[in-house]
Amino acid sequence: MIDTPLLKVSGVSKFYGSRIGCKDVNFELWPGEVLAIVGESGSGKTTLLNCISTRLLPTTGSVEYRMRDGNFRDLYHISEAERRFLMRTDWGFVHQNPADGLRMTVSAGANVGERLMAVGDRHYGKIRQTATDWLGRVEISADRIDDQPRAFSGGMRQRLQIARNLVTGPRLVFMDEPTGGLDVSVQARLLDLVRGLVNDLGLAAIVVTHDLAVARLLSHRMMVMKDGHVIEHGLTDRVLDDPREPYTQLLVSSILQV
Amino acid sequence: MTADLATYNFAYLDEQTKRMIRRAILKAIAIPGYQVPFASREMPMPYGWGTGGVQVTASIIGRQDVLKVIDQGADDTTNAVSIRAFFQKVADVAVTTHTKDATIIQTRHRIPEQKLTEDQVLVYQVPIPEPLRFLEPRETETRKMHALEEYGLMHVKLYEDIAQNGRISKTYAYPVKVDGRYVMDPSPTPKFDNPKMHMSDALQLFGAGREKRIYAVPPHTEVVSLDFEDYPFEIQTFEQDCALCGAHGVYLDEVVLDDRGGRMFVCSDTDHCEDRREHGHVGAMLAPNQEAAE
Repeated sequence: MIDTPLLKVSGVSKFYGSRIGCKDVNFELWPGEVLAIVGESGSGKTTLLNCISTRLLPTTGSVEYRMRDGNFRDLYHISEAERRFLMRTDWGFVHQNPADGLRMTVSAGANVGERLMAVGDRHYGKIRQTATDWLGRVEISADRIDDQPRAFSGGMRQRLQIARNLVTGPRLVFMDEPTGGLDVSVQARLLDLVRGLVNDLGLAAIVVTHDLAVARLLSHRMMVMKDGHVIEHGLTDRVLDDPREPYTQLLVSSILQV
Repeated sequence: MTADLATYNFAYLDEQTKRMIRRAILKAIAIPGYQVPFASREMPMPYGWGTGGVQVTASIIGRQDVLKVIDQGADDTTNAVSIRAFFQKVADVAVTTHTKDATIIQTRHRIPEQKLTEDQVLVYQVPIPEPLRFLEPRETETRKMHALEEYGLMHVKLYEDIAQNGRISKTYAYPVKVDGRYVMDPSPTPKFDNPKMHMSDALQLFGAGREKRIYAVPPHTEVVSLDFEDYPFEIQTFEQDCALCGAHGVYLDEVVLDDRGGRMFVCSDTDHCEDRREHGHVGAMLAPNQEAAE
């Protein structure tokens, strides 16, 4: 059905001086697929995510993305203008801390509408209508549209951040610990929502998390990282049910059973 | 008088500095709306008094020029009087309060009501040249946004205005797009004056001394105020006419007269008001007095 990947990552390494951020990472991501990157703190998950999403220049390697015209472009060989345009139209980036991804001093409606205005939407009524729709889809009631995110709870802020990213209909979303800092019941709802949106919109996503439950619920495939290396890579259920590497076995067995 | 001037170069700045500023001005004219960095000098007046405008004026003024300085439209306020006196002292140039006689008009916060001609240069004093400053505090980022023409954020501000107040509540320093490319802060002039910048016959130069930026709008250049399709840009309107000269469709200042709610609206452009009165126009406040005198 779909015969070409959306994203090709080959030989990506990032060194901080002599220390390794991540080393020689290769993978492909297919449209509609959710890939989880798991590992302990400091294992290079976020470094890798930043390298792929052009937020951090890798030391070596290439990241190729299939543009809407069907051609692959190396993200580090396109102009900065194209890259930034890509980031705010075809991509989304959900930060762990919503304050990093939102404009905290403008209203929820303006937060959602920003990307629309950035691509040239100039009709206030239509922007507001779209923003209202999206707030509804992430379960924020329409009467909060003029409130600033400062007045929102952690879970609401995270949902608002998701709405803000999805409003332009991106094909690829990066998420860095999207449920970090939320309590368990809010986490569950958020995961449910994200899973629904990803399915409905056919999004591809790369989710960085240290929480194996998040990986289990959201992702189709997962990569396990340790000390900057990808040590195991496979279908999520396979990796979690039948971990091969000793470290992965340790990781899986250390999940608290209630 | 001239003997005293020996201690100053003509128009205060030394010739090399003027050259540097003229270069910045030429570049600014070549790229309408683009903020050109320049090595702003210490001037013998505090920042906020128009050191940027003064440096621009000092660099372009010649002995034959006639200078007019206005502050909020008025020729007789401290800022205007001081800068006018400064140039009389250091350049010994002719000064005027009449818009039509001036070749260079340095202004703070207004554009004269009378249409400017191609023989005139309007020099603005600018406090904060960066229109995106309060939306994005990082200079590195705003420069990138200008370079890549990423101006969505400006509309976020306007969106927010409408969402909170039901209309675009920005009344001064209203952002404009120059020549279809750069978004520019027209300095804190009321938005009433924005349409006057569009396709103006006069050259418009903007100097920000503290922020070390010069930018320009060349004559006959498109200057479009940003807005939404369903919330178009509009200028202030006044219900009253000028109380002294009866002018309509000009920018008026509200003057409080007493502590019992008494107030009057008068032309902010004093020269325009005086000129009209000389030509026999009389406003509501002067009319009864005349009757009493008769």
